[in-house]
Amino acid sequence: MSIDTLSDDQGIKGWLTSESPESRFHAQMVQLYAGWQSLVANRLAFLGFMIIVLLVLVAIFAPLLATHDPSLQDLKATLLPPFTDGHILGTDDSGRDIWSRIIYGSRITLFIVALVAFTAPVFGLLVGTVSGYLGGWVDTVLMRITDIFLAFPRLVLALAFVSALGAGIENAILAISLTAWPPYARIARAETLTIRNSDYIAAIQLQGAGRLRIILGHIWPMCMSSLIVRVTLDMAGIILTAAGLGFLGLGAQPPSPEWGAMISSGRQFIHDHWWIATMPGLAIFIVSLGFNLLGDGLRDILDPKKAQS
Amino acid sequence: MNKPLLEVEDLWVRFASKKRVVEAVRGISFSVGRERVGIVGESGSGKSMTGRSILRLVRHPGQVDAKKIHFDGQDLQALSEKEMRDVRGHKISLVMQDPKFSLNPVMKVGDQISEAYRVHTNASKAEARSRSIEMLNAVQIRNPERVYDSYPHEVSGGMGQRIMIAMMLIPEPDLLIADEPTSALDVTVQRRVLQIMDKLVQERGMGLIFISHDLNLVASFCDRVIIMYGGRIVETCRADELQNAKHPYTRGLLNALPDIHQPKDQLSVLERDPKWIEDPSVDAFL
Amino acid sequence: MSNAVDTATSKRRGSSVPFLKRLKSLVTVLLTVLLTLVGLLFVTFIIGRVMPVDPVLAIVGERASQDIYDAAYKSLGLDKPLMVQFGIFLKQIAQGDFGISNLTARPVSEDILRVFPATLELATVGTIFGVLFGVPMGVMAAVNEGKWQDQVVRFVGLFGYSMPIFWIGLVGLIIFYGLLDWVGGPGRLDVYYEDVIPVVTGLILVDSLIEGDLDIFWNAFSHIILPASILGYYSLAYISRMTRSFMLEQLSQEYITTARVKGLSERAVIWRHALGNVMIPLITVIALSYANLLEGSVLTEIIFAWPGLGSYLTTALLSADMNAVIGGTVVVGLIFVGLNLLSDFLYKVVDPRAR
Repeated sequence: MSIDTLSDDQGIKGWLTSESPESRFHAQMVQLYAGWQSLVANRLAFLGFMIIVLLVLVAIFAPLLATHDPSLQDLKATLLPPFTDGHILGTDDSGRDIWSRIIYGSRITLFIVALVAFTAPVFGLLVGTVSGYLGGWVDTVLMRITDIFLAFPRLVLALAFVSALGAGIENAILAISLTAWPPYARIARAETLTIRNSDYIAAIQLQGAGRLRIILGHIWPMCMSSLIVRVTLDMAGIILTAAGLGFLGLGAQPPSPEWGAMISSGRQFIHDHWWIATMPGLAIFIVSLGFNLLGDGLRDILDPKKAQS
Repeated sequence: MNKPLLEVEDLWVRFASKKRVVEAVRGISFSVGRERVGIVGESGSGKSMTGRSILRLVRHPGQVDAKKIHFDGQDLQALSEKEMRDVRGHKISLVMQDPKFSLNPVMKVGDQISEAYRVHTNASKAEARSRSIEMLNAVQIRNPERVYDSYPHEVSGGMGQRIMIAMMLIPEPDLLIADEPTSALDVTVQRRVLQIMDKLVQERGMGLIFISHDLNLVASFCDRVIIMYGGRIVETCRADELQNAKHPYTRGLLNALPDIHQPKDQLSVLERDPKWIEDPSVDAFL
Repeated sequence: MSNAVDTATSKRRGSSVPFLKRLKSLVTVLLTVLLTLVGLLFVTFIIGRVMPVDPVLAIVGERASQDIYDAAYKSLGLDKPLMVQFGIFLKQIAQGDFGISNLTARPVSEDILRVFPATLELATVGTIFGVLFGVPMGVMAAVNEGKWQDQVVRFVGLFGYSMPIFWIGLVGLIIFYGLLDWVGGPGRLDVYYEDVIPVVTGLILVDSLIEGDLDIFWNAFSHIILPASILGYYSLAYISRMTRSFMLEQLSQEYITTARVKGLSERAVIWRHALGNVMIPLITVIALSYANLLEGSVLTEIIFAWPGLGSYLTTALLSADMNAVIGGTVVVGLIFVGLNLLSDFLYKVVDPRAR
């Protein structure tokens, strides 16, 4: 079989596309570059990536982008339509500037996403890999518990947790994390089961590596790519759940400019002043679309089995 | 063994990815009459792709080009997809490697055979059923009525492959391509399945292309042998003259086989010459 | 070789062994379900206990004397250890007794029976919508992998996943009800149609047909169409994505090549051969999505003032009506477990290998 290599660049690009990496670092860079290239090539995924980058930038530079104080009430300028008196997206029923509130609200959204993304998957990973690797009764018990949590609908369980713990943004995040981990545990367990009996794990065992070392050092890295994809795809759902809790008055409390709560307070005015509820809804929609587009693209990139040729 | 049934000239199969183009078959020419032709080669030599490209079954991103693919005087490349469907099964059929994967797991065996018959005829269900049962008999399945109503997972590999043969022969094609038909089977049933296939092919005066990696098997079952390496034909000869083969690859394959009549202390290891890849393809016409 | 032929025979001969095996697996399944249920109840029970509401005060009222309070405290069994309380709780639930709702002053079980049909109706119409559109869309995407059809289906799906359901409900109501007046407004029926027809199944679409009242049927239809499409869109997104990936997997199988070799049309290859295999894992997906709609319509029900389980549960939560919350959550969990069992069962019916 003959192979015609079409690209034969030199320099940094050549180094990044080398087919015979010289070091582990080099290999990782080559892989990263290849991933980056397929991300750029996948327009929808790249769009999603840009949306998330934008979200982060907006959150960081919120004071510069906001035109008003997000919690400043102005009872002389309530319910103004968009583009009046310097209010880009109009004002709400207390005369607060909707644009500035959405800008600051991005911080809350990012805060929720970051906290959930760093707690639930880690916990799920721990439960799943331990369960899968140790097997036996540990597996049975852990998976039963996972199933119990899985049997609850996410929003209802989160609702129940929040009403037990008290309304508030921290409790909302805790509740979401508590309901978000079971799928990660399932995925991690499934991956672990396929890895557990592979020869290289046997080789490490023969070298005398302990269980903890095998799980953390050799099984966790193998679970990463499928977990990252799942987490990215779940982010949209987490944003929507958080917004739903906010909408029900169980998440972030007023006057915090949380997007879901903003929709909730704009709801009563929706027939005559549509923008109050519509604008934050659009913000939620765009951000979760960004995460979904990126996650969907990442799945193609990180899972070569399902990637298109 | 007169007029060629299938004529192929300058056949290429290419797979293009973003970075490179992989050529699985590189400009081969051959023809097949109402005879048994064996195509031998190691995995990756392009032998399976050759079989599939004749039936236009190479899927995207694979691309097939040829100067000529004629069957029974008909230009297969000029046919529309719809006309091609009339060729498949009806004129040329294909038996694949592993019945575990090549039979639809959720459909009854009999329904799958009947279906193959009914696509190309106007037969009623009852007719198709009785024809299928006849066919199951022909591949020496005892109790065909019961097998007709069973699912693929309920039959053994050897029986599965005989079912497959029945299914592929029921529309009475002129040419059968058998792509490693026995490689997935237990050694004990391989011969039997081959004999059944061979008998049916002979009785009906069909052509057979037997694709295999097993030179011995091919030599004992075929009239003519085509040896492929790196997407090209390196040598072709009559099966009974195989001992006189000249190409070093063929010689290497022959020497790598143990012979019960002339035992050797050590079998030779096949040495590959990169030059073979570059050598032009040998035409394998009748 | 000949024993191969006899595989089918041996299955009949040794039918007593599979029976025992089947019984054993049935017992295992039942035990697993039971365990999951008890776990579910335990979690619910704990949530109920840590809720910052005094169940005694809820019954006796704020101004009751200490004696009355203590008596109520004892009669509720709150002086006993937690595990004993859980036992009492389990016993009551096994008898279908979820206690009295503080809000409606009626038994919770009665309340749930009353509100559940509304949710069932909404989720069923939504799922039908999702399957009817989602499966063909997923098939189309897989068959045209990488082409524009695939991209469109993918985008439509991601759009559905990204939509805040309560927001799109609001916007949908303004546009299709407020501006265009194409659909009925919030609630299940217009006010003057309410309580006209006798309740048989509780599903208005069905009850109105039983009664032969087409006016009510169309009115109910105009009310359910918007929330059901929104829920259905959500399940469409899920079903089409899963159908696509199952389909892609099947299309790369060898039996698909066999079907093509036989000379079958592409339509037969896809809809008869591939889809027949896709249906098996798809059953689980559809059941899961149905369960999600039955449980997850909380926000939709609130936006559309739909008097279903979701509304009931949320109202109960917000007003700390503990018995109602626990009852609702248990029912929701039961639905999930039940649908899982059902999909396992259907799986066995459809897949000859699992029989």
